[in-house]
Amino acid sequence: MSLVRVELPAGLADLARCGRRVEVGVEGVVTVRAVLEALEGRLPVLRGVVREHGSLQRRKYLRFFVCGEDWSHRDLDEALPAVVGEGREVFMVVGAVAGG
Amino acid sequence: MSKVRVLVGTKKGAFVLGADGGRKKWTVEGPFFGGWEVYHVKGSPVNPERIYASQSSSWFGQIVQRSDDGGVTWNAVGNEFAYEGVAGTHQWYDGTPHPWEFKRVWHLEPSLTEAEVVFAGVEDAALFCSRDGGGSWAEVAGLRKHGSGPAWQPGAGGMCLHTIILDPVNAGRMFVAISAAGTFRTDDGGENWRPVNKGLVSEFMPDPCAEVGHCVHHIAMHKRRPETLFMQKHWDVMRSDDSGDTWREVSGNLPTDFGFVIDVHAHEPETIYVVPIKSDQEHFPLEGKLRVFRSRTGGGEWEALTAGLPQRDCYVNVLRDAMAVDTLEECGVYFGTTGGAVYVSADGGDHWAPIVENLPAVLSVEVQTLR
Repeated sequence: MSLVRVELPAGLADLARCGRRVEVGVEGVVTVRAVLEALEGRLPVLRGVVREHGSLQRRKYLRFFVCGEDWSHRDLDEALPAVVGEGREVFMVVGAVAGG
Repeated sequence: MSKVRVLVGTKKGAFVLGADGGRKKWTVEGPFFGGWEVYHVKGSPVNPERIYASQSSSWFGQIVQRSDDGGVTWNAVGNEFAYEGVAGTHQWYDGTPHPWEFKRVWHLEPSLTEAEVVFAGVEDAALFCSRDGGGSWAEVAGLRKHGSGPAWQPGAGGMCLHTIILDPVNAGRMFVAISAAGTFRTDDGGENWRPVNKGLVSEFMPDPCAEVGHCVHHIAMHKRRPETLFMQKHWDVMRSDDSGDTWREVSGNLPTDFGFVIDVHAHEPETIYVVPIKSDQEHFPLEGKLRVFRSRTGGGEWEALTAGLPQRDCYVNVLRDAMAVDTLEECGVYFGTTGGAVYVSADGGDHWAPIVENLPAVLSVEVQTLR
């Protein structure tokens, strides 16, 4: 199992009553889909707020950044860089800069 | 010793205001869910310590929170609102068909008799029910599928089901209001619904008297007279004495009959309150004067209530769910403004005072009378 560090927007950290960074265990290949499923498994309150219920589409004002790259529009089942699974780089869930 | 608990939803969180029966010294707790829009907060009439809050954000979607200790602590409950079957389409702003999409919960209405049952009115307009204290939600699909759904269209604020009234005498009867579709009634607990909009006239529609398409802003009922309903429509203040079968205008001498809120005195079924707003283009009071208007005749004849309210340079709005009444011997009336003030009158509207003045824009106000 890989231990992946996930960084959450402040609003979701407050909602989940956890710190901005949480560690989740991912079995098998570390992909965007696998990280999100592990995250929702560890913190069920995040179901429906990162991905839509039903369609499991990424919510439109959220992005996923990894190693300085935007993975939001890439294949959900593509393997993330090995450093993510090794816990040396963070999987970032980022909220769009907007609003007031 | 009686107490009141005022539940305030704002653009950036929820607040719980508390006072004894004198309603002069207030405590302010919050913000809860800071930074999130809280469209509505409401307590259960069966168990007043149980309170539900609708928390939403454009980024993160919908959360429903529940407190079982009177708003001190909260826990997120179910947030999956799935339309039953094929969602279908309603009218878009330009008249074209548009798929039904869940956006947020506008209103939460706990059952009058069952502590675990709560209804949710949502955008895009539909009614949901939870029978496990908010843990899971199922659509009351008869409403959306009774036939007129494809003709419903959004108002400027979205196509929202914003008002739910449970009949305290007839357990199977319920009213809902939708912008911009109108008022609907079920007499069998939600299986079958029909529009009850006869008498409403909306000049913005091709047929101003059509069965659906009216922009109803809010409806209020007195629990001792459940066949009588009062409505603040987009324009016009209306009244029905036959459970919505027919409506007649009671705007009378109001200086403008546009507005959002309407409510009924807790002990006087013919005493009603509105806050007139200048127009659909200018969502603020006339002449910069914040005035509540009271009718003691069930509409028609209105008097301005101004004592303690700002009477110059006031350009706030009072949104549809932002007025409530308590049930103390001398009825208290409450409302909140988009300027972040929550006002109370402990004498039925004769005199007003701010409880708080600088909250985020107020979206909803509810009151619990605790004995």
